[in-house]
Amino acid sequence: MTDFTQPHTQAGAPSAAKGINWTHLALRWLLFTLLGLFALFYLMPLFVMVTTSLKSLDEIRTGSLIALPREVTFDAWRTAWSGTCTGVQCEGLRPYFWNSVIMTVPAVILATMLGAMNGYVIAQWRFKGANLIFSLMLFGCFIPFQVVLLPMARMLGIMGLAGSIPGLIVVHVIYGIGFTTLFFRNYYVTIPAELTKAAKVDGAGFFRIFWSIFLPLSLPIVVVTVIWQFTNIWNDFLFGVSFSQAGTQPVTVALNNIVNSTTGVKEYNVDMAAAIIAALPTLLVYVVAGKYFIRGLTAGSVKG
Amino acid sequence: MAPILDIKNLYKNYGAVEILKDINVAIEPGDFLVLVGPSGCGKSTLLNCIAGLEPITSGTLSIGGQDMTHVSPKDRDIAMVFQSYALYPTMSVAKNITFGMKVRGVDAATQERKLKEVASQLQIEQLLHRRPGQLSGGQRQRVAMGRALVRDPKLFLFDEPLSNLDAKLRVEMRSEIKKLHQNLGATMVYVTHDQIEAMTLATKIVVLKGGVVQQIGTPAEIYNNPANLFVADFMGSPAMNLIPAKTRQNGSGTEVEISRGDGSAIVLKDSHSRDLPEDVILGLRPEDIAEAGFRAGQDVQQAQCMIEMVEPAGADTFVVSELGGKQVTARLHAETSARAGAMLDLAFDLGKVSYFAPGTGERLN
Repeated sequence: MTDFTQPHTQAGAPSAAKGINWTHLALRWLLFTLLGLFALFYLMPLFVMVTTSLKSLDEIRTGSLIALPREVTFDAWRTAWSGTCTGVQCEGLRPYFWNSVIMTVPAVILATMLGAMNGYVIAQWRFKGANLIFSLMLFGCFIPFQVVLLPMARMLGIMGLAGSIPGLIVVHVIYGIGFTTLFFRNYYVTIPAELTKAAKVDGAGFFRIFWSIFLPLSLPIVVVTVIWQFTNIWNDFLFGVSFSQAGTQPVTVALNNIVNSTTGVKEYNVDMAAAIIAALPTLLVYVVAGKYFIRGLTAGSVKG
Repeated sequence: MAPILDIKNLYKNYGAVEILKDINVAIEPGDFLVLVGPSGCGKSTLLNCIAGLEPITSGTLSIGGQDMTHVSPKDRDIAMVFQSYALYPTMSVAKNITFGMKVRGVDAATQERKLKEVASQLQIEQLLHRRPGQLSGGQRQRVAMGRALVRDPKLFLFDEPLSNLDAKLRVEMRSEIKKLHQNLGATMVYVTHDQIEAMTLATKIVVLKGGVVQQIGTPAEIYNNPANLFVADFMGSPAMNLIPAKTRQNGSGTEVEISRGDGSAIVLKDSHSRDLPEDVILGLRPEDIAEAGFRAGQDVQQAQCMIEMVEPAGADTFVVSELGGKQVTARLHAETSARAGAMLDLAFDLGKVSYFAPGTGERLN
């Protein structure tokens, strides 16, 4: 290649080659500047949220929105966590945060386990009507939340779970199964059927093959599913507000109640701190497991 | 001795599609049965039926004298080696080999002992702690065999185990499987589409086409006396020459007339065959046509043929001539004087000839 290009650069003007380099460099810089601007644009709200949450109410009133805090104070965070009022109660976000935790963690675990099992059956233990069942489950992913609100409320009432955290767990598990099944099925479909056959000949049964062979292969897709489910369930507002009552509300509902409380002075710093607290767990999950998330989404085949 | 594997009237359908039709095969302990045929002929399905991985539509199947028609794979006392090896990717080689024993609750000491035996037998001791992903194709193949060997089953099943290996390794592993069979005296059922593998390994071959058994026999029987045109054409490389010819009864024998490329005919005298129909397809292997003077015997007949192509292949030289409207290949010795475009006297060994009916393709003699 170089042999062919060399005569060209010698014959043509050397400055032309240099000019191309400059253009290239300029374009690079333009690209990076543009990307930087976009990043700034997206980070701006977060910046405002963090700085506002660290300011006192006085400073907010007198200072500029985008100014750095003159005096850093964590009072707003303390109030948001344990003192601010949602309606008549003034316990802060803390009880609702724990509501969310004890709702989200079991719901994520259950939906992931059921999805793994479903995916395993649909992908590796083909039976008559497997495709139909899978299509119906897939269809379930696209049913809008609003449609199921009333039937779900009725069902929870019959089950005696209305207004309770177990009730919310049931709702989220049911809604999650469609997605988790889809994830696991698509992952397990790439695993050669001969693996199951070999294990059958070796004497392993349905559950043994699942535990000893399929689950150990599943880390990437488990991570994807957990992140997806955790984010969705933690951030859910509609089911939270519809199927909870005082004392069982998740953090998203509590946050709404804090921000929309109309009594007294509007405490922007507390609102901001509360919003950040409510968003932290999903952020944390992504930071911790994000590496696997990308890997899991792009994982196609299992070699070995 | 009672047959160790006995398949009677086996049918297998997928919906309305018949995959296997009326299969009857029985083998004795120590046999090496090869199921061979083109892709889609149902040979792998038959193997899966023997393993119990596919249910049988009708018919019976017994292993070691016991009816296994509806028994699950794990209770059939079989071990299987798969085309993709199907090693468990998250387990070490040692765990792969002992998984079956672990599932069956064999005690740890026995597992350890058998693992050592098999590992030294297959020379994979240094690989035991590696994962399948860290092994080469040939090494994976050995581990897959180890997983089967360690079980010491009544029946070994192989599903095209060598087709993922490169040509050199394939030949190596082939002779190793053959050695293994001889040393263990084990009974094996082996699926392949490679007729050379079938010939070299088998004590008994089943040729399948479209789910129907074409012929069952020893490699020599299949090679020398193919039951029909399909078997004749499928087994052997280069393939058997299948030449349209006309026959005439002549005393106690038969005169066979084959047209040459230039319109003239050669007439060969076959003193053994009689009562053939007028139109036949004559089958003669390339090695049964030699250069005149290099083949003797009372059934050898000579005729002059126009050589159209000469292909030196090292040990042999193949020459092609048009006979009966077909390109006919003859296997000559390496130093032949044959030249393309020249006439050459060829010697046809009619002691080895097969006749087939043009319509049905069935063997006539």
